[in-house]
Amino acid sequence: MRGRGYETVKVAAEIAVPIAIVVIWELWARSADSQFWPPPSKIVQEFNDLWVFEQFRSDVVPSLMRILLGFGIGSAVGVAIGVPLGMSLWARKFAMPQIEYWRAMPPPALLPISVLLLHSIGNLQKVSFIAFFCIFPVLLNTIDGIRGLDPTLVDTARAYGIPAHERIRRIVLPAAFPQISAGMRISLSLAVIIMVVAEYFSSTSGVGYVLLISKNTFQLGPMWAAILLIGVIGYVLNLAYMLAERRMLAWHRGWRAATPQ
Amino acid sequence: MASATQETAATHLSGPEPAASETGGPRLSGALVFVLSFAFALLFWQAFSASGLVREQDLPSMTATMGELWNLVQTGSFWAAFLQTARGWAIGLGLATLLAVPIGFVLGLSDLAGRAFRVPVEFLRPIPSAALIPLLFLTLGPTLESEVFLAAFGAFWPILVQTMYGVRDVDPVAIDTARSFGVPTRERLWRITLPSAVPYIATGMRIASAVALILAFTAELFMGTPGLGKLLNYAQSYGLTTQLYALALATGALGVCTHVLFTAAERRALRWHPSQRAEAV
Amino acid sequence: MLEISDVAKSYGSGGKVTHALRSISFSIAERELVCVVGPSGCGKTTLLKCIAGLMRPTRGEVVLHGKPVTAPPEEMAVVFQEYNRSLMPWSTVRNNVLLPLRHKKLSKDERTRLVEESLEAVGLTRFIDHYPWQLSGGMQQRVAIARALAYQPLILLMDEPFASVDAQTRGDLEDLVLRVRDEFGITILFVTHDIDESVYLSDRIVVLTHAPTVVKEVVRVELPSPRDQIATKELPEFATQRAYVYRLIKHDTTAPAPSTLVGEGLHD
Repeated sequence: MRGRGYETVKVAAEIAVPIAIVVIWELWARSADSQFWPPPSKIVQEFNDLWVFEQFRSDVVPSLMRILLGFGIGSAVGVAIGVPLGMSLWARKFAMPQIEYWRAMPPPALLPISVLLLHSIGNLQKVSFIAFFCIFPVLLNTIDGIRGLDPTLVDTARAYGIPAHERIRRIVLPAAFPQISAGMRISLSLAVIIMVVAEYFSSTSGVGYVLLISKNTFQLGPMWAAILLIGVIGYVLNLAYMLAERRMLAWHRGWRAATPQ
Repeated sequence: MASATQETAATHLSGPEPAASETGGPRLSGALVFVLSFAFALLFWQAFSASGLVREQDLPSMTATMGELWNLVQTGSFWAAFLQTARGWAIGLGLATLLAVPIGFVLGLSDLAGRAFRVPVEFLRPIPSAALIPLLFLTLGPTLESEVFLAAFGAFWPILVQTMYGVRDVDPVAIDTARSFGVPTRERLWRITLPSAVPYIATGMRIASAVALILAFTAELFMGTPGLGKLLNYAQSYGLTTQLYALALATGALGVCTHVLFTAAERRALRWHPSQRAEAV
Repeated sequence: MLEISDVAKSYGSGGKVTHALRSISFSIAERELVCVVGPSGCGKTTLLKCIAGLMRPTRGEVVLHGKPVTAPPEEMAVVFQEYNRSLMPWSTVRNNVLLPLRHKKLSKDERTRLVEESLEAVGLTRFIDHYPWQLSGGMQQRVAIARALAYQPLILLMDEPFASVDAQTRGDLEDLVLRVRDEFGITILFVTHDIDESVYLSDRIVVLTHAPTVVKEVVRVELPSPRDQIATKELPEFATQRAYVYRLIKHDTTAPAPSTLVGEGLHD
């Protein structure tokens, strides 16, 4: 039977298993002594050497800026387009085939084109490339959120003659926000991935650039450090977003808990 | 919420219901609107490139690009590449599914296993597979194996996570009822847990399918593994701009095909399941 | 003040037409509290939406103070049945009540005053900075009523507002409606399926048939005011009137009309 004892086992496993994995990896890597698979201890050391002070400003900051700007602009555009599309059946019918096409396009396929059209491999190109693909998860979720708007709420707004701009600002957007936020969370993760790919393809700075250089110069240490950093960036950004979302959607949790669905 | 209600809410926002024969009128079939939408986009492109705002070298006209696409589609090398990309995608996705579903079941069903591996999963998940490209290039080289590994690694996580959700989301009442009737564990898993988890797995596969395609293509673009990505790289290196655009469009079409395939599958799997609020991506 | 003339509403076209409302006509005078009752599915909500300007009738018209209603008029406020879906969960009670006032030409102080007064009238001053979902069902409906009151309408439409509320709370809310009518002098059109409620509240009751719906009879309620949940319902007149209305709805017209009732006959 389950009981207190079993719970302890679970907690112990939760702690022990990750540690065991790292230890096993460390031991195996040390004995294998392959330059491709350094032990975790070495990776952490490279990580510190490379990122903690050295190249933080020259590479990490530009990458973060690109992610955040691309994410921000993409989300804003996604909402801006999503609101009218969510509210108008015909606009939606007309636009959906286009949207479905572009959202299914694998981002790397447009990399060469983005460099060509914008004549650069600088920040403008990076940010706009990231922003473009960040539009779609937010756009689709905005449309979904608005379509799911409760008809009673809509009737209430109309019955009280609330003008369009007030309706959108105080009813439509807040009501759709939980769904929009889910889309934004996806866009954020997407932004990280696209940033890496875009920088790897053509850049003179950034974490993706370091990844590329380390491959070209056959330096596995920095490469692993870069991989680790990218994982950390993704994790931290996601965590930060979730914390922010929790604050902004406190009302939503309270409402869901209190209302039988 | 039923989609009917959603449609009504949307039309409500634009004003009071029109009298009597309202939504009648244009039974403008979905197909016609679909065609019109693309026709409009293509014409817009043509007009834009004709306007001269962007140089011909940077943005070829729509007609030129379509012509190039037509030429491409008649070459054997294009289809070879197309199939190579599709192959990398399919094998990667298949491999990921084969691994992620059983593992997801185990981690979902066993609280002990789920908790034991929670940290490793949470740690490995956020690593963008694309970051592994240089590593794969140096170890496995520009081969199908690299492409498949990359695609599979990326596709693995969404399927794993969704399978775990699906397994955990099984209605406990259904399980208890089966238990009280003495239904053996294997039967329970097969007849209750699995069907209940299928919609989630379908969602996971839809997401994974997109990830796998992106990664297969990226592997080709960056490593030179045979496929559409490699063709694109080639076109870029040799300044074949029109071909660049044509290939991008073709890749988009492949993306749409896989997306439509798995969305349809997901919808079928969701048909008899009480709706779960899946993220719209 | 409110004239409903020959209002009809149909859905669909060609072969598959549904006539929800065939022809509805009645009128409401100032300060009256009129209830609309009828069998389930007779289109009471549809009728209310047509009157409120949320729906356009297929035929006929609604005239408020001489002006035809084509869109929700400013002099009208609506309270819906599903309170938890008509209040905004992301706003406090205060901001919920405030929302319809924002686009009215009022000063900030005026708005604050209206909000506070209307919440006081419904007895929710203490909860002004709570969120609606933190309140009970009855209290949420009171917020909706306060919102309608703050809007300062001349006529209040209520669509089965207490159907989702428990019986005891319902009694309190019914008394609240009566009090509000007396205090603020507003006209009220109250849709309900609860016959007891309709007899308790009304000056007149519009009884509908089932679809295709017409007005079966408009019954004047002769019960003393002010009404009381216990005293009024103890009166024998209450029982007879209630029975009369009940029979109207159940199509049983064999019982003689009691002497305290004045029926206004059929409207076609």
